[in-house]
Amino acid sequence: MPMAKHRRLFESVVQLLVRLCGYSAVLFVGVIFLFLLQEGLPALVQVPPASLLGPRWYPIESMYGLLPLLLGSFVVTIGAAIFSIPFGIATAVFIAEVAPRWMRELLKPFVEILAGLPSVVLGFLGFLVLAPLIRTWLNLPTGLTALTGSILLAAMALPTIVSVAEDALDAVPKSYRDGALALGATKWQTIWRVTLPSARSGVLTAVMLGLGRAIGETMAVMMVTGNAAQMRWDALFFPARTMTATIAAEMGEVASGSTHYHVLFLVAIILFLISFLVNIIASSMLFRAKKRAERMLS
Amino acid sequence: MRIPRALAQRIAFALLTAIMAVTVLAILTIITYIFWNGLPALSGEFLFSMPKDGMREGGIWPAIVGTLYLTIGTALIAVPIGLMAAIYLSEYAPDSTFTRAIRIAIVNLAGIPSVVYGLFGMALFVLFLSLGSSIIAACLTLAIMTLPVIISTAEEALRAVPQSFRVVSISMGGTRWQTIQRIVLPQALPGILTGVILGLERAAGETAPILFTGASFFLPHLPQSVFDETMALPYHLFVISTQVPGMPVRIQYGTALVLLIFVLAMNLIATLIRSYYRRRRQW
Amino acid sequence: MVSPVENPKFLVEKLSVQYRDGTESLRNISLQIPRNAITVLFGPAGGGKSTLLRTFNRLNDLVEGTRFSGKVLLDGEDILSPATDVVALRRRVGMVFAQPVPLPMTIRENMTYGLLLAGERRRRNLNRALEEGLQAAALWEEVKDRLDEPAHAISGGQQQRLCLARVLALQPEVILMDEPTSGLDPISTAKVEDSLQSIKKKYTIIIVPHSVQQAARLADWAGFFLQGELVEWGEGKNLFIAPKEKRTEDYVTGRFG
Repeated sequence: MPMAKHRRLFESVVQLLVRLCGYSAVLFVGVIFLFLLQEGLPALVQVPPASLLGPRWYPIESMYGLLPLLLGSFVVTIGAAIFSIPFGIATAVFIAEVAPRWMRELLKPFVEILAGLPSVVLGFLGFLVLAPLIRTWLNLPTGLTALTGSILLAAMALPTIVSVAEDALDAVPKSYRDGALALGATKWQTIWRVTLPSARSGVLTAVMLGLGRAIGETMAVMMVTGNAAQMRWDALFFPARTMTATIAAEMGEVASGSTHYHVLFLVAIILFLISFLVNIIASSMLFRAKKRAERMLS
Repeated sequence: MRIPRALAQRIAFALLTAIMAVTVLAILTIITYIFWNGLPALSGEFLFSMPKDGMREGGIWPAIVGTLYLTIGTALIAVPIGLMAAIYLSEYAPDSTFTRAIRIAIVNLAGIPSVVYGLFGMALFVLFLSLGSSIIAACLTLAIMTLPVIISTAEEALRAVPQSFRVVSISMGGTRWQTIQRIVLPQALPGILTGVILGLERAAGETAPILFTGASFFLPHLPQSVFDETMALPYHLFVISTQVPGMPVRIQYGTALVLLIFVLAMNLIATLIRSYYRRRRQW
Repeated sequence: MVSPVENPKFLVEKLSVQYRDGTESLRNISLQIPRNAITVLFGPAGGGKSTLLRTFNRLNDLVEGTRFSGKVLLDGEDILSPATDVVALRRRVGMVFAQPVPLPMTIRENMTYGLLLAGERRRRNLNRALEEGLQAAALWEEVKDRLDEPAHAISGGQQQRLCLARVLALQPEVILMDEPTSGLDPISTAKVEDSLQSIKKKYTIIIVPHSVQQAARLADWAGFFLQGELVEWGEGKNLFIAPKEKRTEDYVTGRFG
């Protein structure tokens, strides 16, 4: 069949194209980081570092203290963690270990639905329904608080935590469970003392990824946290400003090339680095756990 | 006081079930609430006509059209690149440090906050490349954001195809691409499709990436070219619920419902594809 | 120890194969494979038989980092040289694997797959190859009315014969078989072995058997492999009835294995 040469050329072209697309991911990460740096580093020059670390974020008066923003993101995320970690892990345990097969097939798509809910829709409900409720229940001046944001963020982080943790629990070899049961343990004892501990790193990864997502959330928090950049010890029950909401809210009104503009990019760099760190740690934990499992099962 | 094991198990399981029930109930409540309040607003006029009186009346047709444009545009850019990247990772990539670097890059792209994408999109596409605030800038931004999801799920689908098929094909004189094109890709297609739809579902619902790259609130007519701005459902919902005084609640819920239906429909289609083809699999 | 074969199909000269992790699979092997006969490569696990088999169709290329030294001549040409067209080689040298691998398509599509890969489009040729291949594997009568059904719906024994028929459709010169009946029941095994006996006049068959008994049943020529070394090879009846090497005798009589 006289096709060899033409086919060989085709194969090399395809291989080149496919390879370029494969490399593109690295290219995109690099380009994103570069652009952020290009627009964000000037802020370090234009604003004295002492000011950046100050407690007042008031761009109109050229005050660019990042601390209230960091605190805002931090408080909201920790609040989300308090709700989503127990709920998420419990749900994952239920789906992976307790629910019968038919229930699993129903629950998993259900959690996926939650994952698909746009953050603006949750923010909308939070603004219209949840915030007024919180105002009345907790007797606060306004329902637009960090707490409200935390609840919404917990809802958004939950599906991530559930699916990654569930994968981790699934990956625990059946022989571990069978062994424990054979030794006379009850199902719950097996889960609590054998399965969960051995899935420890996977569950930790799940939590990290979920919280990573929470820190990066924009719309839902922007709509319900009240957007007041302030620092107080009871921050949870008062309005706050996250880094993400700051960027989203102020970028539209900023003159391109102004100091404010550059500082917003600086905030974006911080967010990028945080998510970078979280994901590197999480993926190396997953990677190491997978290697350990492969060694044990081979 | 030592709790007997059987009792401890009953308590633990009851607690777990309760938590599960609360979660399920919460999700159901959210969805039902939006349907309940939004359904009355849905009418032919609401869905298919242009808005009037500063969005306080009339329809949201341009927002619906805008979201469709953005979703399709994102797909056209992200799917070819993402699929080829997945093919590279699954079928061609050697076991090297650079391949690991690619994977790390993908994980990172997946984790970048959507507002950072919006900022980057603005800096690169709108300003640097002078595309202006436009559909094309927004689609490019959304495409890069959707890329990691598509690559991950497509790669998983490709890897799931048994290696024995590839070995047999090669042993009969097939080249790598022939094997991919004739066996691996067709078998992986349902999984790839599911991943693409789920990725696009997310792109359709995102607001932050399009805030500064192409979305606009009040446009007098539908976009005429890819260089025009467009209205979009998520952005529209954001503005009418938080920025416009006197906006009828009915319209807000109606908009939220339309967006919700859009997203749920994609979810449903993806799930159906997945379960249908799982049963028909020939391996 | 080496009895010369006239006009061998394969001539292996001082072949060594080493994997990426350093383990050596074959050490300095030299032998000749006669044409139009069944040659059996047997021995305990890890002996290098499968590696040798996969060298004949360059399937070892799929394992990253495998290194070769020495020569393997097919009709006088070294197939290990970088200039070899491996795609054409694999059409001339077909392979049947230990587990039946029906491609996820209909029986008809399985049979025509190899030809379509090679660029053959004419319906007449495809159908002819399809029928001849299935006849040669003694499968035609059983599936001729089910050609458009999925291939995985037939029994395990039929699937394996389909794999053989699939290879035959390409009209190869050599058929490599790696423990082809290890997953089959005795009746299917017998059917496969009968097919081999009836087609061996047209093809050169090299088979790694899954038992010594199968080796003894099929071998016109045989080679005994132990831990990467070719201990002895020669005409089948000599090796099994009156082996020259003690190690061969010990294995054949079951003293180790």
